[in-house]
Amino acid sequence: METLIYGTVQSVSLLLMAFGFSLVYGVSRLPNFAHGALFVFSGFAAWICINKLHLPYGAAMVAAPLLAALFGVLIYQVVLRRVRGMEMSEVIATYAVGLAILEGLRWAGFRGTSYSLEPMFEGVGIYFDVPIDNQRLVVVGMGILMMAGLYVFTHMTKIGLALRGIAQDEQAAMMLGINSDVVATVALALGSALAGIGAMSLMPLGNIVVEEGYKVLIYAIAVCVVGGLGSWAGTVIAAFVLGFSQYLTVAYGKSHYQMVVMLLAVILTLIIRPSGLFGKQKQLEERV
Amino acid sequence: MAKRKERIDRGIKVRSESIYALASWEEIAYLVGPRSLLIGGMLLMPLILLNSPYWGRVFLSVCIFACLAIAFDFLANVVGLVCLGGAFFYGVGSYASAIINTKLGLPPLLSIPLGTVSGAVICTALIYPCLPLRGIYFAIVTLMYPLLMTRVIEAADIFGGTEGFRGIDGFGSPIIESYALVAVLLLGLFALRRFLAEDPGLVIRAVKENDQSVRASGISVAWIKTQAVFIASLFGCFAGAYYVHMYKNVGISSFALDLSIMPIAAAVIGGTGLIGALIGAILLVPLSEFLRDFGTLRIVVYSLVLMGFVIFRSEGLMNYAVRKYQQFERWVEV
Amino acid sequence: MAPMIEVRGLSKHFGGVKALEQVSFDINKGDIFGIIGPNGSGKTTLINCLTGFLKPTSGTVRYLDRDITGLAPHKVARMGIARTFQIMRPYFSMPAYKNLVIPLFSPRARKIGGWRGGGKHGDRNTVAIDILEELGFERDSRVPFKTAGTLPTGYLKRLELGRCLALRPDVIICDEVFSGLSASEIASLIPLLRKLHEQGITLLMVEHRLKELFSLTNRVMALSYGEKITEGDSADVIEHPKVREAYLGSEESV
Repeated sequence: METLIYGTVQSVSLLLMAFGFSLVYGVSRLPNFAHGALFVFSGFAAWICINKLHLPYGAAMVAAPLLAALFGVLIYQVVLRRVRGMEMSEVIATYAVGLAILEGLRWAGFRGTSYSLEPMFEGVGIYFDVPIDNQRLVVVGMGILMMAGLYVFTHMTKIGLALRGIAQDEQAAMMLGINSDVVATVALALGSALAGIGAMSLMPLGNIVVEEGYKVLIYAIAVCVVGGLGSWAGTVIAAFVLGFSQYLTVAYGKSHYQMVVMLLAVILTLIIRPSGLFGKQKQLEERV
Repeated sequence: MAKRKERIDRGIKVRSESIYALASWEEIAYLVGPRSLLIGGMLLMPLILLNSPYWGRVFLSVCIFACLAIAFDFLANVVGLVCLGGAFFYGVGSYASAIINTKLGLPPLLSIPLGTVSGAVICTALIYPCLPLRGIYFAIVTLMYPLLMTRVIEAADIFGGTEGFRGIDGFGSPIIESYALVAVLLLGLFALRRFLAEDPGLVIRAVKENDQSVRASGISVAWIKTQAVFIASLFGCFAGAYYVHMYKNVGISSFALDLSIMPIAAAVIGGTGLIGALIGAILLVPLSEFLRDFGTLRIVVYSLVLMGFVIFRSEGLMNYAVRKYQQFERWVEV
Repeated sequence: MAPMIEVRGLSKHFGGVKALEQVSFDINKGDIFGIIGPNGSGKTTLINCLTGFLKPTSGTVRYLDRDITGLAPHKVARMGIARTFQIMRPYFSMPAYKNLVIPLFSPRARKIGGWRGGGKHGDRNTVAIDILEELGFERDSRVPFKTAGTLPTGYLKRLELGRCLALRPDVIICDEVFSGLSASEIASLIPLLRKLHEQGITLLMVEHRLKELFSLTNRVMALSYGEKITEGDSADVIEHPKVREAYLGSEESV
C-alpha cells in the first residue's frame, strides 16, 4: 500500500514537471529547454508576490503561473519564432535562455535555502495506514485536476481543438486555416503555465532553489523521451513507470541513485527504442 | 531605382592570390599578417604574462576551453553531431589522466597522452550506441552523460566520490606548463584543419551533406562518425587531462555545466572553421574572468550572447572578419 | 548458370500499408532488367530492400548465391551492387570530380584499384576525372571542376552514374535515371548505358519512360500495388492485360 501511494505521488510529481514540456513539443515540435527555468521562475515569482508585494496566498498561486505563461510567450516571440524549424538552434537557444534565467535568478540573490513557499495544507494525514503529507495529496489532486482540465480544454474548446489538430498533423491543420504561429504561442503559454502550476504544487514541499530548475528539465526530458516525444499518453504512462522506479530505488536502494535511474532510463530508451513507448512510427520517415 | 548589395573581392586579395604576391611586401603582409598575428600572439603570450601568474592562468584557461570549443565545432559543423555535454570528454580525460598519474605513478609526460587516448576510447565507446540517433535525441543524450557520470561517481563513491582526490603531479615549471599546452593546441588545430582540407576530410563532410549517398558508395557512415567522435574526444580529453596536472586535483566539478556551455558559446560566437572556436575562447574566457566578481552573471552574459548569435544566425565573428578582410560591399543599382 | 540476383517472396509492410507483397524474380549476369509500374507500385521500395536501405518484412535476396537480405547498405555496395537515387543529391558544395573521390575511399574501390585496371594506387583525383571522361565530361573543359550544385540535370545524372562506377560495381541499379531529362538528353544517355553493359555490368533499371527503356532491356518485370503482375520480354509485358489495367485502368471503368 505504501508503495502504491508513495509511488503514485512521485509519478504525479513527475507528470506535473513533465507535461508542460510534452505539450509544447507535441503541439509545435518545439523543444523548450527553458522549461526548468520557467518552473523555478514561477516559484520565485510566487515568493515575491507573497513576501514583497504582500499579496494573499491564493492570488500568488494564480499569479505565478500566469506570469510564467507571459514569460513563455515572450520566449516564443523573441527567441523561438526566429529559429523555428532548425531543431538544433531551437535547443541551443532555449537552453541558453533557460541558463540565463536560472543563473540570473541566482545572481539576483536567490541563493541558499531561505526561500520557500508554504504548503497549502499543513500537517500529515494517515490514509490506509500510510502517513502522508497533506501537501503531497494536494500534488496528486493538482495532477488530476490538470489532466482533467487539459482534457476538457483540448476536446471542447476551439483553441484546444486547434492544438490537438496541429499536434496530429500540422500541415493539414494549417490547410484548414489554423495559424501555426498563434497555436505555438498558445502552446508555449500553456506549457509554461503548466510548469508554473507544477511549481505551485511541488515547491512547497521543499525550498525554492535554482538547482531545481536543472533537475526539473532533466526529469521532464526523461519522462517525455521514455514516453515518446510528442505523445501525451506516453508522457503519462512514462511518468508512472519512472515514478515508481524512482520510488523503488529510494526505498530499496540508495536514494543517490534516483537521478541515475532516470538518466539510464533515457539512455537505454534512446538506444533500444528511440521513439519511446508511444512515439510515432519512425519507419515511414525513411527517406531515400 | 532598386538597389542591391554586391560583394566584391578586395583588390589586394586578388593580387595576393597568385605567386606574384611574393613580389610585394604589402601583399605578403596581407597574406601572412593575420595568421602570424594569431600564432605569434599565442606563442608569445606565456612570456608576456610571465610576471602575472593570474593572467597566465587565464591564458591557459583560454587554451583549455579552446580545445573543448574546437571539439564542439568539429562535431557540430563538420560532422553534424551537436554535442551539448562537452564536459563529458573533459571529465573522463581528467579522471583517466589523474588515475594513471596517481595509481600507476606515471609522470605527466606520459599520463597526459595516455589519459587523453584512453579517455577518448572510453568516450567514443560510450557515444557509439547513440550515433544513429537524430539530432535532438543525440543532443539530449550528450547533455545527460556528464550528469550521469557525476551522479554515478557520487552515488557509488568511487574515484574519491564528491571530494575527488589530490596529489597529482604538476609540471615543475610554468614555462613548460604553458608552452606544452600552446604547442599541442596549435599543432592539433592546424593538423585538424589540414586533415579536413584533404580528401579524407572530404568524406567526413560528405557524411554531413548526404549520408545515404555515402552509404551507397560502400562506406560505413557509422565508422566515419565513430572516427570523428574519437578525434573530437581527443581534444576534449586532452583539455581535461592537462587541466588536472595544472591544478593537481580532480573532482566531480570536472563534469560541471560551465565546461559544456562555454565551449558552445565560444564556437558559435567565434564562428565555424575551427579557428573561430579559438577566437571565441580568446574572447569569452577573459570576459568570463572579468565578470567572475559578479558571480554567476558571467553565465548569464554568455548565455544571452550565445542566444543572440543563434537567433540572428550570425556566421560568427571569425567568418565575419574574414569576409570583411577579403571582400567589400557596395550598393549597386539593379 | 545460377542467377546473379535471386529474389524470393520479398515483402515490405509499413504498418498496414503493403508496399511490397511476395515479389520474386531472378536476374542473370549480363541482363538489362527493367522494372515498370505506375506510381506507388513499390518500385523504389523494392530497390531499397535490395540494396539494404530498408529491411524487408519477409522474403530473401540472394546475390551470387549469398544471402544478403537485410544487409546494411554499405555492405551491399561493397559486394558490388551500386545504385542511383531517384532524388539526386550530389555533394553540392564540392566540385563535381570530388564527388567521385568519396566512393574511391570505400574498401572495394581501394581493393580493386585504379580505373581501367592500371595503377593499383592511382591518384584518386586522376581516377575521378578519368571516370568523368568515360561519362562524357569533356576532359579539358572546366566542367569536372565546377561545383556540383551548379551543374544541370543531365550532368548530375551522369555524376550519379559516376558515383556508381567509382565503386567498380558488377551491378548498377538505376532508379528512374531518365526522369527529368529531355528526349535528346536521354538519347545521349542510352549509348552510355549500353557501353557500360558491354563492359560487363549488369543493369537493373526502374523506369517510367517505357519506350526508351524497352530499347535497352532484354527482360522486364511489371509491378502494381506492390505485387508482381508479370515478367518476360518487353513486347509481351506491354501487351499483358494486367499491365494495361495497372497503367490505364480497366475496360469497365471507362
